[in-house]
Amino acid sequence: MAIAKKAIVWGLFAAGGTLTSFILPALIGLFLLVATGNVPENLQFEQFHAFAASWLGKACLFVVLFLSVWHAAHRLRVVVHDFGIRKDALVANAVYTVAAVGTVLAAFYLLAIS
Amino acid sequence: MGTRQLELEVMRYDPEKDEAPHFQTYSVPCNEDWVILDAINYVKDNIDTTLAYRWSCHMMVCGSCGMMVNGEPVLTCKTFVRDLPDKVRIEPLENFPIERDLVVVLDDVMQKLHQVQPYIVRKDDPPEDAEYKQTRGQLMKFKQLTMCINCMCCYAACPQYGLNKDFIGPAALALAHRYNLDNRDQGKSDRLDILADHNGVWECSFVGACSEVCPKHVDPAAAIQQMKVDGAVEFWKQRLGIPGDKS
Repeated sequence: MAIAKKAIVWGLFAAGGTLTSFILPALIGLFLLVATGNVPENLQFEQFHAFAASWLGKACLFVVLFLSVWHAAHRLRVVVHDFGIRKDALVANAVYTVAAVGTVLAAFYLLAIS
Repeated sequence: MGTRQLELEVMRYDPEKDEAPHFQTYSVPCNEDWVILDAINYVKDNIDTTLAYRWSCHMMVCGSCGMMVNGEPVLTCKTFVRDLPDKVRIEPLENFPIERDLVVVLDDVMQKLHQVQPYIVRKDDPPEDAEYKQTRGQLMKFKQLTMCINCMCCYAACPQYGLNKDFIGPAALALAHRYNLDNRDQGKSDRLDILADHNGVWECSFVGACSEVCPKHVDPAAAIQQMKVDGAVEFWKQRLGIPGDKS
């Protein structure tokens, strides 16, 4: 016997969950600030665009998007199972395909920012 | 001490006579300080000697009297009559085949407990004329996990074990983690090959029911999540040719 490949998706799920649990509350806070017209100085469009155009910025944003989308995919797979839909292989293929496409799109659009 | 009349609906099943399990109702005069096991013993001693069930210590040590009481897997020696309504339904532990009445067949989990190598594995020779030393801190890392008494309430509560009988399940996984966390043990990476296989820790979807029902507060759910982290790390170590964790 050997360690199953489920270790890969669970690893991404766990890493994504840890990351998003820190980032999500900050995002909610920022959205509230922006919604009330109080955009912080460093998060004006020009500054943030410059951040996303730098390689460090691209790398940071990619890690966040990549892990979040794989976390969401695995979470959805487990939720579907808990709701009584037992076609796990089909569900797994579907959600992970979406996550893979999301990963590629994230990379593509981040690279396009200049 | 006041007495209270309790209506016990007990599941009966004799595989040699009955086609399917059915319920039999007994009216039991209970003392207020009785536990459900006392009520069942009253039935056995005074009303119906044919009732079959397991029990031994009556003090939360032996782990034999686990049953479903009003749908919850509990130790009947820990479940007080005063905390229950006048009508109580008693069934054998969920998710197990019934041997007779309230007795379930535990062969599957016994085999699983054995399968996870629940003993200290050493790769080197033991120290001569000396014990393996352990500090208090090293003991505290896993002490909680040694509290398991194999009552199997966690298997009765686990929806994943209900769906997939090949799932190693909470008690056996928690027991394996107890040895993985023991500083005297060197079998962690061998054990992870079994624990993190297809029917190991990944089958757990972290419902957490095992930890909620555990009468000894072992928290198997936490142990399983920690082992998922170990399994994920070990997976990449094996792929990248980094030596496994032997400590």
